[in-house]
Amino acid sequence: MKILTLLGLLSACFLANSINIEVCTSRFWFNYRHVANTLSVYRSVKRLGIPDSHIVLMLADDMACNHRNPKPATVFSHKNMELNVYGDDVEVDYRGYEVTVENFLRVLTGRLPPSTPRSKRLLSDDRSNILIYLTGHGGNGFLKFQDSEEISNVELADAFEQMWQKRRYNELLFIIDTCQGASMYERFYSPNIMALASSQVGEDSLSHQPDLAIGVHLMDRYTFYMLEFLEDIHPASKTNMNDLFKVCPKSQCVSTPGHRTDLFLRDPGSVLITDFFGSVRKVELTMDAINLTDPIKQMEENPVNGEEQKEVYSYADQLPVSEIIHQKPKQKDWHPPDGFILGLWTLILLVFFKTYGIKHLKHIF
Amino acid sequence: MGLLSDPNRRRALISMLTRLNAPICVVCYFAGVAWFMGLAFEPFTLRTYMSENAMGSTMVEERFPAGERALATGREFAAHKKKVGGMPVDWLVKNMQDRGLEVFTQSFSRTLPFPDENKERYIVKGTNVYGILRAPRAPRTEALVLSAPCSPGDSNNQAVGLLLGLAQYFRNQIYWAKDIIFLVNEHDLIGMQAWLEGYHHTNTTGMSWSPLQGRGGSIQAALSLELSSDVITSLDLVLEGLNGQLPNLDLANLFYAFCQKIGVLCTIQGKLQRNDWDSVSGYSHAVQTMMLMVMKQASGRPWGDHGLFLRYHIEAATIKGVNSFRQYKTDATTIGRLLEGMYRKLNNLLERLHQSYFFYLMPSLSHFVSIGYYMPAFGLLAVILLLRALDLWVQLNTPPSTTEDGVADIDQVRHTPGVLSVLTPLVISHLTGVALYALPIRFQETAVEHFPVSETEAVVLTAIAIYTAGLALPHNTHRYYIMCVCGTEQGWRVLKLIAVLYLAVLLGCTALINFSLGFILALTLVPLAAFVTPHVPKVLSAFILVILSPACTLLFSVFFFQELQEMPVSFQDGWLLYLSVISQGILDHSLYGSLVYPLIALLVYPCWLLFWNILFWK
Repeated sequence: MKILTLLGLLSACFLANSINIEVCTSRFWFNYRHVANTLSVYRSVKRLGIPDSHIVLMLADDMACNHRNPKPATVFSHKNMELNVYGDDVEVDYRGYEVTVENFLRVLTGRLPPSTPRSKRLLSDDRSNILIYLTGHGGNGFLKFQDSEEISNVELADAFEQMWQKRRYNELLFIIDTCQGASMYERFYSPNIMALASSQVGEDSLSHQPDLAIGVHLMDRYTFYMLEFLEDIHPASKTNMNDLFKVCPKSQCVSTPGHRTDLFLRDPGSVLITDFFGSVRKVELTMDAINLTDPIKQMEENPVNGEEQKEVYSYADQLPVSEIIHQKPKQKDWHPPDGFILGLWTLILLVFFKTYGIKHLKHIF
Repeated sequence: MGLLSDPNRRRALISMLTRLNAPICVVCYFAGVAWFMGLAFEPFTLRTYMSENAMGSTMVEERFPAGERALATGREFAAHKKKVGGMPVDWLVKNMQDRGLEVFTQSFSRTLPFPDENKERYIVKGTNVYGILRAPRAPRTEALVLSAPCSPGDSNNQAVGLLLGLAQYFRNQIYWAKDIIFLVNEHDLIGMQAWLEGYHHTNTTGMSWSPLQGRGGSIQAALSLELSSDVITSLDLVLEGLNGQLPNLDLANLFYAFCQKIGVLCTIQGKLQRNDWDSVSGYSHAVQTMMLMVMKQASGRPWGDHGLFLRYHIEAATIKGVNSFRQYKTDATTIGRLLEGMYRKLNNLLERLHQSYFFYLMPSLSHFVSIGYYMPAFGLLAVILLLRALDLWVQLNTPPSTTEDGVADIDQVRHTPGVLSVLTPLVISHLTGVALYALPIRFQETAVEHFPVSETEAVVLTAIAIYTAGLALPHNTHRYYIMCVCGTEQGWRVLKLIAVLYLAVLLGCTALINFSLGFILALTLVPLAAFVTPHVPKVLSAFILVILSPACTLLFSVFFFQELQEMPVSFQDGWLLYLSVISQGILDHSLYGSLVYPLIALLVYPCWLLFWNILFWK
């Protein structure tokens, strides 16, 4: 009982949850750094407490098991192989060719077929703080998915508006590390969105360091410095968004990172990093006994009477798959027997009458 | 009214065309030559750059350690080669197997149409040995090839040694995404042709070979290695392949990038690039390099074992080690590292090399001229032919100015079926061309019986004889003209019109496939086509026509090529070299399918004969 009241108190105030979507949109071995970017952000948020059930990780290609990887089953983010961000417990939800614009938008808006497992859904509600991290190759107003399609900034803004109208987020932090990334957040118009990008329109985001043994660039500069910044964050730290905006100034990044806070209701200085990157619950411990005011009365069992029928509400099925699957089969119309059967019977009859003569016909008729 | 439909304007345009035709032609010709010469001027060229994303931004660390051991293997190979007196097949097979490759052999044999005096072979029998390094984790869908030729004597032993050393080193790495095929081919190009035909299941040249037992998937790129000394001072890149085909420029860019990274001196056409492009000597150096490439491309023969890969759309190049008198020497380990780096980058390829240019000229290893820049030079020369054709068309269609029997003549002019009257020279010229193509090889035995010459000389001299015999044709074929060429004045004009258009189409098509060949032929044939009429002074024009004919162009090219390579020859040696070039051309055609000899014999020579006919038109 006490527990029930305590929970009731907590739910009345701030029971937020953090959910992440991390997307790497590039395939091919020379885009190793995009996968490393995404995995390093994944690693940071897991370290700060967000469980896998609250992370949707989309990787467009498998670098760890690529034939060209001289260190199989690893993805490094620092040269000289200091930090393996692949590790043992990476849970990739969308992999390879499943990372498409359509799947990404469906995850955001929730329009997924009922057969989609929970790990592939964005299970957010109106108290969720969502962090969306995108990386790959981009341009002015678009992000390239998998070398074959693009998502535009207008589509993304509309998807966020759908999320707002369906109450799928409370606050949303959007980080993008691509060339000309700032163009992707220009079109947002839904409230409570804060956005960060690694470069302005007309600038390229540069990669950080190559590893000579592996033979590729390992990370992009913006994410590299952001990772270094996040390594200093622990679940109880009080660093706020203004510090995140200062990550990777032009001297280190060569491009100018940008951010957008006009749609955000709170002041960025009051927003903690761990609101989005970590999963921190406010727990109040008390050692005193608390007197509950009134003893809880057992509710009397109402005798079952037929008149009072409470109206039961249920969700309307958006995609009535069961009705489609379990349709009754249409009755086939009757067709006369096949020519083959007819021919066979004719043959039998002819043989019979040939053998026994026509006069036996009268035995039949 | 529009420009061409208004009769007044049209007349004005046509009269300007006919008046200014000769000056415009001359200007175009010199403009074309000047444009071509200007291609080597450095501000007009572009720096080379890596176009392929998959190869460009990756840095690799090369760690090949075993250069000395590779040289020791090379010495062992040399000893076994001497012992066996050819290709030491068993030793190679065992050696490759010990290094962990899947080894297969292929035997081939071929009887040349006539003995090859340069390489002293007639009936060729040999064996290719190749080992496949399977990619440890990848499906066997793509392959890379590293080949070294097994040459008689002391050459290329170090190449085979380095190939085996690299094979062992590559076998220990796990990052290969493609199979690597290490090929040692015997009898250089003939063996390579047999291997390629066996690999791709084609048989275009009539060679007999045993089928390949092991394959590796579709070949993405190939490198051929020629290394004959333990230390080298520079590495030379050879790009020109069969029929003047070139590999993708990215392969040259890759080589150059690694040369710069490792610090090896790299050359193209054997010439080191210079930095002083604004001085006369610097510019002439670039022109020489470019002219060497043009000459080599025009000859249509593969200048390295890589040349035969290009036909199968496999980008290939030959890397030659050169040991000359310089202070700084590079050892085998460094060459091994360079090759290792190149192969690691080629390993990263996801598609065939296609991002960079396939048609280019290189005045130096770091600068190139693409097809968009060099084609206008040829275009200016082709325009001359079109202007001439327009001029002739106008002349054919305007009535003769004032003649007494004007009316009858006009009728006859208007109604002469112009094309038929020139059918005779056309047919006879082409028959002569066919004779030039087919007879030398066919009648070599007869020639050897009757004259004290060897077979090769018989073939070449027969070819020259038929060529010269064609010069006598106009005198003998006049009586075979079908239509009594009424309006003789118009007859030669029709013939010239057809000949000029024919030449334009021929040169245009040739230039598209092999720009150098088309341009060189255009340089000599276009002025000839432009000025020849029956009315120019006969003896002088005949002399000029012979000088500008394809055979003499070839003779001058031989001398010029030797000059460019800084090995000038005397007239005697030059003549012998010329004869051997002709025999090589004929051999290349029957052995590898080179198209230069049939082109010249069947198409260019008849075209030239048509102009010869026009000169002696009665």
